[in-house]
Amino acid sequence: MKELFILAIVTTFTLVTYYLVEPFAHSHMHKHHESEHFAYKDLPALTKKGDVARGKDLVMGAGACTGCHGIKVAGLSAPMDAVSSAAAYGVNPPDLSNVGVVFDPKFLASVINNPAHALMLEHKYNAKSGKTFPMPQFYGAGGDKSQEVADMVAYLQSIAVPEEKLTPNMAFETACGRCHAIHYEYNLNGKMHPAWTQIGETPKFKHTQDKLAFEMNVANYNDSLIKYLGKLPPDLSMYIRSRGEHFISTFVENPQQYLKGTAMPRVGVTAEAAEKVITHLQDVGDSKRHKRESVGKNVMIYIIIFAIFAILWKKQVWKELH
Amino acid sequence: MAHFTKATSMHDWLNQRLGVDTLNRVLATEYWIPKNINFLWAMGMILAITFGILLVSGIFLLMYYQPNVNLAFDSVNYTIMQEVGYGWLWRHVHGVAASVVFLIIYIHMFTGIYYGSYKKGREMIWISGMLLFVAFSAEAFSGYMLPWGQMSYWAGMVITNLFSGGSLHADGLVEWIRGDYVPAQAYLNRFFMLHVLLIPVAIMGLIGLHFGALRIPHVNNQDGEEIDFDVESKKYLAGDTKNSKVIRFMNDFLAKDMMVVGIYLVFFFYLVFFHYDFAMDPVNFDPADGLKTPTHIYPEWYFLWSYEILRPFSTNVGLIAFAFAQVIFVMLPFLDRSPNTVPASRRGLFKYWFWAMLIDMIVLTAMGKVPPIEPFGTIGFYAALTFIGLWIALPFITKFEKKV
Repeated sequence: MKELFILAIVTTFTLVTYYLVEPFAHSHMHKHHESEHFAYKDLPALTKKGDVARGKDLVMGAGACTGCHGIKVAGLSAPMDAVSSAAAYGVNPPDLSNVGVVFDPKFLASVINNPAHALMLEHKYNAKSGKTFPMPQFYGAGGDKSQEVADMVAYLQSIAVPEEKLTPNMAFETACGRCHAIHYEYNLNGKMHPAWTQIGETPKFKHTQDKLAFEMNVANYNDSLIKYLGKLPPDLSMYIRSRGEHFISTFVENPQQYLKGTAMPRVGVTAEAAEKVITHLQDVGDSKRHKRESVGKNVMIYIIIFAIFAILWKKQVWKELH
Repeated sequence: MAHFTKATSMHDWLNQRLGVDTLNRVLATEYWIPKNINFLWAMGMILAITFGILLVSGIFLLMYYQPNVNLAFDSVNYTIMQEVGYGWLWRHVHGVAASVVFLIIYIHMFTGIYYGSYKKGREMIWISGMLLFVAFSAEAFSGYMLPWGQMSYWAGMVITNLFSGGSLHADGLVEWIRGDYVPAQAYLNRFFMLHVLLIPVAIMGLIGLHFGALRIPHVNNQDGEEIDFDVESKKYLAGDTKNSKVIRFMNDFLAKDMMVVGIYLVFFFYLVFFHYDFAMDPVNFDPADGLKTPTHIYPEWYFLWSYEILRPFSTNVGLIAFAFAQVIFVMLPFLDRSPNTVPASRRGLFKYWFWAMLIDMIVLTAMGKVPPIEPFGTIGFYAALTFIGLWIALPFITKFEKKV
């Protein structure tokens, strides 16, 4: 009994210390933000039902989206390569193949209508600064503008891969990959995936010249990014461990609430796509998590059996002593 | 030369050459431990086992770690954590053990303080134990540098800066320690050497000294009773094990140790697999960047109390208070003037001193981590003063303690 009492005291002091240096201290060090569940409540809802065929005409039309964006699934490559695009616009405009599934439809409509507002970059692009966002606003093609926007969104949704076919790395590439690199290769289900740069996956090179040329392109692209954003966005290889799931998802949802004035735009991903981005970051930075859990269970079973035997041994030995 | 006969067995062969029977008797079967002990007496064994875990996991990590400022971070977070089979396991075991070992050290220390196990011939046990504490602290700090993350870099910057001695401006000394103006390659290399060679060797030597120091004064017991080990061991050997006040180290004491170790390992591996974040600070998963100071820089939890003795004062006063905190525990056997070697509960004012010290150190630990904003700054300041005050009061309150 006395030993249990001592154990209770030791445990209490240990837990109090743990509580104070972990949950208590961290609650005073970092502002906590609740998830908004990717609802984007500040953006107007889509009221019109879009028409895919008309949307296609609008997206492909002269002077419209395809003047800057590629749509690989429709067989259209971008007018310029990534490096030249970044030199011209600051960042390479995204290929539109999968934007319909990665981004929230409300957000897509808002980006078409007023990109700086949707991306929460009005502190940077406003009348006072005299800067305009590289992507022009859509002023309408002559008809009902809100209908036209709904049509374009409908078209983009129609060409995107179905939600269940969107893989974690596709979600990452569309949502984050033009600004953030992941310099860790990763092994997913036994297959190695190459490291990611802002201009795409690092290819395998046969010749040093090709490797150097690729690195030169990445460096040039990143120079444009630095000019555009102020600094090179961080490599995300270990972000799942350095920031954790909650921070990443609430940060992506609304970067301004953590870092007021940051050049990182609101990305506008759907809740499902955000989850896939997180999964991708886990695949890269915490690839052994499943193994950790399964090995952990087995070790716990083993060690509990060991403890039981140790207790029995003690009882047997001490029978002679009391 | 000794006379050797033809061996009758492998055991006999070894016994003639190494005296294994004598060794076994002296170190195990007739190494006498008091019977009147509780599970807190197993902390030494837990520490030995945890040190063993650290050593083995460290050897595995050492096979892949690269002490180079450009490669260190990825060699830990990519090569070890993802490429090497079970590398992640060794790293988590090593990181969690490094933190848990300090929890056990503190329990071990406060057990010693509570039961007065540093008195009446046991002074060297206490002093060698405190030297081990210093060596473990240096080991933990140097190891923390190796992943070369943001916290490694900035903690290294802050701690090495302490050696400038405030107004003394011994900047040359700081540069000498770093081998550079800022923590860089020379710095990482020397801390790597300290972590994997010099300090572990010192620790192993000190563990030998610590064990050796136990031999003559013997282990203390729950009531501070002075036991005649000769009489009691004879009683035991004569078969009266139930009435003897002593037990054999092996198997008697060891059986109880292993029971506590078994329960401890359940707790330890639970932390390794399911609750490791407390020991692996997220900030250190950002690579070191000398141009980007983290918002909060704080040491690992086991250094927080002494950090908080440094922090609330002006630079020079803080450094003196900090230096005081580092050495004062070593002086305990000489500051405690009481003739009593009994549990604190039977020692008058010392009883209050003990609990006040324990609670004050927990308060210091908590305040060392939170940002220095009010009311934490004030609480930390008074807790630091209390710490110093308690040590100054110790000789006086113990001098007038009644003999029990």
